[in-house]
Amino acid sequence: MSCLRDYGAPRTLGSLRGLGKLVAACLFTLIAAAAEPLVAPVVPGRTLVFPADDGSHPLFRTEWWYVTGWLTTEQGETLGFQITFFRSKPAIDDSNPSAFTPHQLLIAHCAISDPKRGRLWQDQRIRRAGLGLAEAAVGDTNVSIDRWSLKRNAGDYTAAIDAEDFSFALTLSPTQVALLNGDSGYSRKGPEPQAASYYYSLPHLRVGGRISRGVKADSVSGEAWFDHEWSSEYLDSEAVGWDWIGINLEGGAALMAFRIRDQQGQARWAGGTLRSSDGKVQILGPGDVEFRAGRRWTSPRTGISYPVQWQVRTGARTFDLEPLLDDQENDTRLSTGALYWEGAVRAFEQGNPVGRGYLELTGYGDRLRLR
Amino acid sequence: MNHRHSAGTLMIGRMLLLAQLREQPLRLLVTVLAVALGVALGVSVYLVNGAALNEFGLATKRLVGEADVIVRGSRDGFAEELFVRLAQNAAVSVASPVIELQVALPARRDTLKVLGVDPFRAAALQPALMGDLGGGIFQLFRSDGIYLSGAAAEELQLRRGDTLQIVVGSAPKPLKVLGILSAAAYPQPLGLMDIASVQWAFNQIGRLNRVDVRLRQRVDVEGFRLSLSRVLPVGVQAIAPQVERDRAATVTRAYRVNLNMLALVALWTGAFLVFSTQSLAVLRRQRSLAVLRALGVTRGQLRRALVGEGVALGLAGSLLGLVLGTLIAAATLQLLTGDLGSGQLRAVSTELHVAPLPLLGFFMLGTIVAGAGAWLPARSAAGRAPAAALKGGDGEYTVVARKSWQWGAMLMGLGALLARLPPVSGLPIFGYASIAVLLFGAVLLVPTWTIRVLRLAPRTHRVVLDTAVAQLRENIGLSTLSLASIIASFSLMVAMAIMVYSFRMSFDHWLGKLLPADLQLREPPGNDTAFWSATDQAHLASVKGVARAEFRRSRQLLLDSARAPVTLVARGADALRTSEELPLVRSIAWSAGRAQPAWISEALQDLYGYRLGDSINLPLAGRLQPFMVAGIWRDYARMSGTVVISRQAYFDATGDAGANEGSLWLQAQANSTEVEAALRACCLRGSSFEILTSAALREHSLKIFDRAFAITYALEAIAVLIGLTGVSFAASSTALARRAEFGMLRHIGMRRQQVIGMLATEGMLTSVFGVVYGLALGGALSLVLVYVVNRQSFNWSIDLSVPYWQLAVLCVTLIAAAAITAIASGRAAMSQDAVRAVREDW
Repeated sequence: MSCLRDYGAPRTLGSLRGLGKLVAACLFTLIAAAAEPLVAPVVPGRTLVFPADDGSHPLFRTEWWYVTGWLTTEQGETLGFQITFFRSKPAIDDSNPSAFTPHQLLIAHCAISDPKRGRLWQDQRIRRAGLGLAEAAVGDTNVSIDRWSLKRNAGDYTAAIDAEDFSFALTLSPTQVALLNGDSGYSRKGPEPQAASYYYSLPHLRVGGRISRGVKADSVSGEAWFDHEWSSEYLDSEAVGWDWIGINLEGGAALMAFRIRDQQGQARWAGGTLRSSDGKVQILGPGDVEFRAGRRWTSPRTGISYPVQWQVRTGARTFDLEPLLDDQENDTRLSTGALYWEGAVRAFEQGNPVGRGYLELTGYGDRLRLR
Repeated sequence: MNHRHSAGTLMIGRMLLLAQLREQPLRLLVTVLAVALGVALGVSVYLVNGAALNEFGLATKRLVGEADVIVRGSRDGFAEELFVRLAQNAAVSVASPVIELQVALPARRDTLKVLGVDPFRAAALQPALMGDLGGGIFQLFRSDGIYLSGAAAEELQLRRGDTLQIVVGSAPKPLKVLGILSAAAYPQPLGLMDIASVQWAFNQIGRLNRVDVRLRQRVDVEGFRLSLSRVLPVGVQAIAPQVERDRAATVTRAYRVNLNMLALVALWTGAFLVFSTQSLAVLRRQRSLAVLRALGVTRGQLRRALVGEGVALGLAGSLLGLVLGTLIAAATLQLLTGDLGSGQLRAVSTELHVAPLPLLGFFMLGTIVAGAGAWLPARSAAGRAPAAALKGGDGEYTVVARKSWQWGAMLMGLGALLARLPPVSGLPIFGYASIAVLLFGAVLLVPTWTIRVLRLAPRTHRVVLDTAVAQLRENIGLSTLSLASIIASFSLMVAMAIMVYSFRMSFDHWLGKLLPADLQLREPPGNDTAFWSATDQAHLASVKGVARAEFRRSRQLLLDSARAPVTLVARGADALRTSEELPLVRSIAWSAGRAQPAWISEALQDLYGYRLGDSINLPLAGRLQPFMVAGIWRDYARMSGTVVISRQAYFDATGDAGANEGSLWLQAQANSTEVEAALRACCLRGSSFEILTSAALREHSLKIFDRAFAITYALEAIAVLIGLTGVSFAASSTALARRAEFGMLRHIGMRRQQVIGMLATEGMLTSVFGVVYGLALGGALSLVLVYVVNRQSFNWSIDLSVPYWQLAVLCVTLIAAAAITAIASGRAAMSQDAVRAVREDW
């Protein structure tokens, strides 16, 4: 799951808050003005095929490749990191022969959660695809914006990010088979069947490489979580945001869980996937997942209050989540248009540490604060 | 002690000034006004132009954003691969592709600047844009959509959702107004479209004409720019943004400096007025001053007090000038554009920004100038022995005056030398210095010449005339004082009249040469989008009533990244025709075998140093095409330079047969109104082009010319007024000072009428001297204005023409006014009875 909503469907506009507000609002007018765009629907029963489905799906309206994880420097410093590439297909007049015609838009967002700094290092990009400067390849994972890229090479992923004041050069090696979320990769997001996505995850990626923060460069190693998800209609009109976790549990187990919230803050839909150490996969439905908010943190920059401490029940198990640091607010107003909280969290079960992962909280912003 | 000293000076100064104010309030008022005028002029020119430039600079800054280097091509630009290479360059942080076009609008004379940008990349260089577009950034992708700046929306009276008609080729094209940008994004009128839409709408697929580049931190900007310059395609330049921003200032700089110089001239005249007023005041009050000295006032105290008088006048004048100047500036900005009528800056809403430091400068200048004007008379008055002063007479002035000719001759020589020096960074600084020095030198020569001429005067045995001549000759110091202010103002007035007249005559003649046809057609000047294809041209030429048609293509070329673009005009079917059509200054023969001939305007010669016979390479169609400079012609329309080639040569080089200007000769019986209607109806319905009769165009051009020089005419009028005031003060002041003498003359038997006649004759003689001097000096100064100041400021030549009638009327007016004031003051002086007047003296 990711912070970028399906911002294509006009009927979701009325209550949109949080992520992609800007993008959504604009695409709406675009769609209203242009002929009904040709987008592929998400339907159940489609078998995901790799590496073809590692690549881009330009006929779907929205797509993202999402890496989150924990790193340790040689000095023993603990950091969180996230690298995200989004693709979006605007509804435009495709007959323009110009090479600049924005058939696809690409957005990237990267951040480091640095407890010593007390807030994120973050940067973002938004570009139209084309001219070899920003591309999302079909057939295998290879997305790039200027000199930012995420590629799959001989099974490994390489991420190269040269941001304004920090950088990544990381190799991410899968250690497990892909975890297909929902019904063999068909992941429902609401009571109506078309609100859904194709979605797979790669937990327990082994990470190595170098990062730099300001003038300081470090060799790092760690573990990450990779999501790839594409859709044409993500949220329905009642939804205002979501809460999502992706946790690498001890012993190779993995947990993904989310809930879609309505305007009252109640769960409109929920779901998840739990893979145990022996590889057995448990698909969680709306009745199996419960998010209970704990301590809140208020952003001094935006005034938005986020619950940063959680208790999540998945079936019979209950996890307590503690953030690596409170201030992990992501500001992507200049690309996706959204303000949200996404950060590194530790997971506990009955007080014992059982895993580390990422928590994403969207749609908590005051509507007026967002464009 | 010191304190007591200065307190004494202050007291004496105040006493003297108050006495003057009581006796001669009008004179002090006019002197103050003269200083105020100079200061006000300087202040208003500075403020108005400063406001316009500030606004313009801000607008340019918004256009350029935070770019480190701007890569710019001509209108047709370059292949977009250049942008891709730049974006991939390791030293580049962000490259933002741009197409910048001046788009023609139907039925409007001006154009709309349209920027095609990739908003995502542009936002990196200009965060305000992204903030302002907000949600609209995605709407912008509509291929027929445009955003307008607030200024453009206001000018075109369009709102969100309206349709904006533009002209591409000769066909209209509708665009939908998607929204209005705030002034924070762009203060100037412009339209913003997506880069892909602009490429499609304006047939520019694959082309760009600008890339804004921001470099990564720690990259050497100038080094990058220079190395980039070496690898850019022909006709594409890497420009430092500062150069773009300074261009606005450069465009109006010469004009602005000229106006500032005129302000200085006004101040200078004011100083002369202070000088003559104070000199006369000192003379008139010499007995009172001598009494003060006899009572124990020291030399220094008296001198300081008298200089203080001048400074006080200066202070009052400067203060008034500041207020007046600010008011004038505010009114000008309200009523006109900020370009001072030069028509060189497109209207942007201008706000008055009052910077205290330059204003203080003007204030100080006015005060210092007035103090300097009072210095010489003060020194002279303080230097006289009280006993001699009590007896009267103008004493020392005569001595000073007689010695002055060596200085005068030297200064005249210096002035002539200064006029030969080259401009300083494009400004005729030495030309103006030459004028000031010549003026001063000429005034110093006045006494010697006057005495020489008066000595030649034969005795006529007519009492009135002979007495007048003798009086002038013997009181040469006094005469010089009245002459000085006449000469200073009259000569400047003559010089300006000759310069403006010469310019106007040359301009008129030039218009005639360039507009020989009956009708002129043109697309909005400077537009990049509207033109007539070869087919359109054929249709236009075959309209009933048209005997002959000639078409021209004009466009901009960037020859030097540090200068404004030059205009390329392709005109005349072949080289021979082209050369015949141009107002050539010089030319040489060219042979068919060599490079094609090009004719350059004088600005290109002056700014780029091209000479006849030189080879000039023009970036056309992405290649450097060699031409030979076959002639130099006069172009009053474009200050940054124009190069003309034949249409054949242009077509051979570019394959472009389009045209955006045309001249039509009508058949003898044709009615121009009908032809005009037929032209509009034929093939270009909806197109934006203008049809003007040559006569109307000429009239319009001359009107613009007169408007641009209106301020000069106003200054002339003011100079005349100051001159006349000077004359009348000199007359009334001398008349009062000489009451005793008139008493004597009456005693020895002169009749009242004769004395008045003598005064009138003196006045006339003085003004005749002044006028003759002023004419001669003004003639000399006009040469400096025409051949040095004009040429160096504007880089074009003008032919000297003398406005005889205008000058004759001025001379007669001045002489008559002098005689009348002399008579009037004589009558006033004679109103007292003779006995008392004589008694006063003994």
